[in-house]
Amino acid sequence: MNIVVCLKQVPGTTKVEIDPQTNTLVRQGIKNIINPFDTYALEEGVRIKERYGVKVTVISMGPPQAEEMLREAISTGADEAILLSDSTFAGADTLATAYTLARAIHKLGQGDIIICGRQTIDGDTGQVAPELAEMLGIPFVAYVSQIEEIANGYMRVQRMVEDGHEVIETPLPAVITVVKGINAPRLPSLRGITRSKSASIPVWTAQELGVDKSMTGLSGSATRVIKVFFPQRVRRGEILQGELESQLESLIDKLRDAKLI
Amino acid sequence: MEYFLTEQQKTIKGLARRIAEEKILPVRAELDETEEFPWAVIKDLADSDMFRVFIPEEYEGLGGGCFELCLVIEELSRVCSGIAVSYAASALGCLTLLEYGTEAQKQKYLPDIASGKRLTAFALTESTAGSDASAIKTTAERVEGGYVINGTKQFITNGGEAEIYTVIVLTDKTRGARGASTFLVEKGTPGFSFGKKERKMGIRASSTRELIFRNCLVPDENMIGKQGMGFIMTMKLLDRSRPGIGAQAVGLAQGALEAAVDYSRQRIQFGHPLISLPVVQDILADMATRVEAARALVYAAARTVDSGAKNFTEESAMAKVFASDTAMKVTTDAVQICGGAGYMKDYPVEKMMRDAKITQIYEGSNQVLRNAIAIELRKRKARRE
Repeated sequence: MNIVVCLKQVPGTTKVEIDPQTNTLVRQGIKNIINPFDTYALEEGVRIKERYGVKVTVISMGPPQAEEMLREAISTGADEAILLSDSTFAGADTLATAYTLARAIHKLGQGDIIICGRQTIDGDTGQVAPELAEMLGIPFVAYVSQIEEIANGYMRVQRMVEDGHEVIETPLPAVITVVKGINAPRLPSLRGITRSKSASIPVWTAQELGVDKSMTGLSGSATRVIKVFFPQRVRRGEILQGELESQLESLIDKLRDAKLI
Repeated sequence: MEYFLTEQQKTIKGLARRIAEEKILPVRAELDETEEFPWAVIKDLADSDMFRVFIPEEYEGLGGGCFELCLVIEELSRVCSGIAVSYAASALGCLTLLEYGTEAQKQKYLPDIASGKRLTAFALTESTAGSDASAIKTTAERVEGGYVINGTKQFITNGGEAEIYTVIVLTDKTRGARGASTFLVEKGTPGFSFGKKERKMGIRASSTRELIFRNCLVPDENMIGKQGMGFIMTMKLLDRSRPGIGAQAVGLAQGALEAAVDYSRQRIQFGHPLISLPVVQDILADMATRVEAARALVYAAARTVDSGAKNFTEESAMAKVFASDTAMKVTTDAVQICGGAGYMKDYPVEKMMRDAKITQIYEGSNQVLRNAIAIELRKRKARRE
């Protein structure tokens, strides 16, 4: 059995700035981190490995510097890492991203359980994993909060729904997204760090993946970011004038008009 | 200060710091309050291979020495020395085995210690034997197939939580210190139980308990080293472990210094941050200088231990004495700088001050160690060195 965990490198900050010219994130001077939701996916993969003795492969589509994140994933227990990187992958929306990831999983040959975080903290769409399942033509379970059992080509999981939990059984292979409460991600180990320093991380380009370039990156994206902006802060305060009594009267009138009293 | 750490040493120090900040910082105040043993953190330390640091590679360790161990202890102590000492005590509890154990004994126990699956503890102190360690009364009587241990050990760090205990007992009461031997006793051995858990001033997350032996039979193969060598092995072992207490003190002092600097930058009095007042600058500068001096001495002593030198009683005693006195002074000054706030439990420095006191007391009180340093000075003069 093989586990594939999909990771994304995101800016490690809550103070995101947008370049007004290009409408893209200003990445200069910001340290990149593993998308926090993906750390739960990685931890769950490593736990399945410890429980069932399977192999965990992490994949990420991103620029060359995402290699650093993949090494950290190896230091926390992943067996192998593959970086999907090509200038034609840039600017991908969820559709083009899912397509590229699906091609990589196809090339890997086997992935019995594909684990993703529930969403990224930069794009925030939560769409890549379901699209990936669709493209691979396999079942999808979102918001998994516990993996109960994996046996005989089936997996039983609990998933979070609005007012409780559902227990779902799905045949494998399948794609799942996991929620924050599923585990507490571990830190790297010293032996893992040593292993990660010497691990070779292959880079799969568009050519190696054999992708249709019209379906990757910006050209393969069905959506376009037209504008990114901060909502305008509107404060409509009003200072009442005149004698105190008339101020009070007008205040009461306004509160009545607003149906607050 | 540049200490010329290797890549591996930097990795160890860096990861220990991450564990301290991400896993220990959020729980330290609560564990100090509840006196609960930090099992979750011990698991994190084990998962990150921290218990492998001081175990040789042939027993699934990483082959580090006293210096690498000190780096971990220092970083953990910077955030919580109560948790750090639970980790360090597990190193102390297997040092005799590492130095004097047979191949079979090492194969049996060390891999589990390296993985963090089993904690260890070291048991010497008794109610009548503290600084005068040779006054122990616990006995091991030779019987068919082994030894029967009787007696009570006191103030044992990791007591009750550890699985493997290194216990110093008398195999020959008539010979005093020369009649002492060392045994490994596993938790769960019939006749071995635990007494009361102590309530302490500081390092409250750590467990300190009595070990009670009532006709506890241990097999011959559990004796470490030769019969009658227990006391000598113990004295040598403590020379090895003492830089670790120094590292604990350095980490504590570093944590207190950082807290004092943070506070004095934020706290405004007389219209200025405290740190711009010369009297406060004076205290902070002295604190920082003392901490760095203590670190340099501890690192040098730990490297001396790892160098293969035969005798380092003096060096390791100096490191422990100086660093622990520094920790007491620096943590007290940190509380002073933080003033009324520093005295409150909402701020970390009052805990650090409580935690610091024990470093002047355990693994050889600073008075006994000064005595040991003086004896070495005298011996050297007599040898005309």
